[in-house]
Amino acid sequence: MRAIEFRDVSYTYEDGDADGDPSNAQRGGFQIKHLNFAVEEGEFVAVLGHNGSGKSTLARLSNRLLAADSGEIEVFGTPLTKKTVYEIRKQIGIVFQNPDNQTVASIVEDDVAFGAENIGLAREEIGARISFALKAVGMEQYRNATIARLSGGQKQRVAIAGVLALKPRIMILDESTAMLDPRGRREIMDVVVRLNREEKITVILITHFMEEALLADRAIVMNRGEIVMQDKPAGIFARHEELLTYNLTLPRIGMIVKGLNAGGMPVSDTLDLEKLAGEIAECVS
Amino acid sequence: MKDVAFGQYYPADSFVHRLDPRLKLLFLIAFITAIFLATDFYGLAACAGVLLVIVLCSRVPLGKVFRAIRGILFLVLFTAVIQILFNHGDKAYWGGPAVYWEWKIFAVTQEGIVLAIFLVLRLALLVMCSSMLTYTTTPVALTDGIESLLTPLKWLHIPVHVLALVMNMALSLIPVLTGETERIMNAQKARGADFETGNIFRRIKAIVPILIPLLVSSIDRAEELGNAMDSRCYRGDIKRTKYKKLRFGWRDLIAFLLGAALVTGVVLLRVYVGGIL
Repeated sequence: MRAIEFRDVSYTYEDGDADGDPSNAQRGGFQIKHLNFAVEEGEFVAVLGHNGSGKSTLARLSNRLLAADSGEIEVFGTPLTKKTVYEIRKQIGIVFQNPDNQTVASIVEDDVAFGAENIGLAREEIGARISFALKAVGMEQYRNATIARLSGGQKQRVAIAGVLALKPRIMILDESTAMLDPRGRREIMDVVVRLNREEKITVILITHFMEEALLADRAIVMNRGEIVMQDKPAGIFARHEELLTYNLTLPRIGMIVKGLNAGGMPVSDTLDLEKLAGEIAECVS
Repeated sequence: MKDVAFGQYYPADSFVHRLDPRLKLLFLIAFITAIFLATDFYGLAACAGVLLVIVLCSRVPLGKVFRAIRGILFLVLFTAVIQILFNHGDKAYWGGPAVYWEWKIFAVTQEGIVLAIFLVLRLALLVMCSSMLTYTTTPVALTDGIESLLTPLKWLHIPVHVLALVMNMALSLIPVLTGETERIMNAQKARGADFETGNIFRRIKAIVPILIPLLVSSIDRAEELGNAMDSRCYRGDIKRTKYKKLRFGWRDLIAFLLGAALVTGVVLLRVYVGGIL
């Protein structure tokens, strides 16, 4: 089943519409043009693009934080309109970039409860959902902790739990790892991959870290409000010359392969670390 | 900056932490009334005694409670100095002259010294008992309590729920904004800004380059927070439920009786014993 589908969606920022994101500050007149794409249920899709390519706008359009100027968006077959928006927001959870800007309460369980309270669940059900969500992100022992005292990665895991408490079927991560240190990034990616595999949650991962895109089933590259590439991550990274024109680089492993080839070591164009290590070992011996 | 104690929750599992927040709020009001009604050291001692019992029951370290005074240290010292310098009373509390020194409008008297100590103790008690409320009550519980106590205002179409949520979020943003202020200050210091020297006007002027970036980033933050809340299906009061229900239990009854006894005691002291004022 189609989880989400964009059909010919366009959106134009009006002058001075900064949209809360400093990188959008000069976006007056910026456009998303005729966006067409679909994500299947259970899929893990990465959306890549440099700053201002329109990838965050895509997230905001998908649950009507921004209403599209034209075109249609469907979520599990239901058209996204003013009437259906609250039902659809239950299905789509969005985790934003800055964990500090997503918490409404100072204690972990109170914050996770927020979404579940908003949709009017019974007390026992909310309690059960908090347990489920905190367990899913590996934070159950922090249920009564003060959020301000947690690390960046832990805060962001609480934000994910807050979204999970609504039991969404789609989760969109809008550069959710951008402000974290490498350890925090790994924590988040582990959680996301597990949610996709075990809970069968459809994941749309918006990022500019190429390494993260390697974990996805499919990658979409955006540039100036348009989709310019769409393929398996390996297929995308095989076209590195083209990627460079969109201000994107290869993941580190791709750079290493390229460097080795240029230096005269004939390794194959792989993105698999184990395989590359094997080939290097062969060449050296 | 780091010792902004007010509004910080101290997590622990204690009798005091588990009390109904509504009761704690009312108790605080009663306690503050008692402190203001107390006109002698016996009354204050009674309040201090009750506060000590509360602190011990709450497992909040005593040092942390004392540290709350730091926030109003200037006010406390100012009050004390004013009392000592300007009180012309001639009541003698101990041997020796009632007036030690007098010059024009200034005077140092026994009464001034006694009153200064009294007022300092009163202010300290006020701050310590207020901070005990925030140490032992999560902001959510606190705002739930306020919301519940303000429910009658709903009849006047005042959006009590929204007010409570705003308070709650303001409290949870205190540490975030404190951190942000520190970052901005460091950034300005690195570029040669000076916040520590100069007269009061210079120092106030030096704050402007902190306030403006702080304001701008807060507005950005508010927008993103709004987006995050919308994404989590926030629609105001419509169909909203509460995870934490407030319940009035036997613990609350004990605390209520204790508070009532304290206020009555202090009032009786005032009526039958009189005070130093």
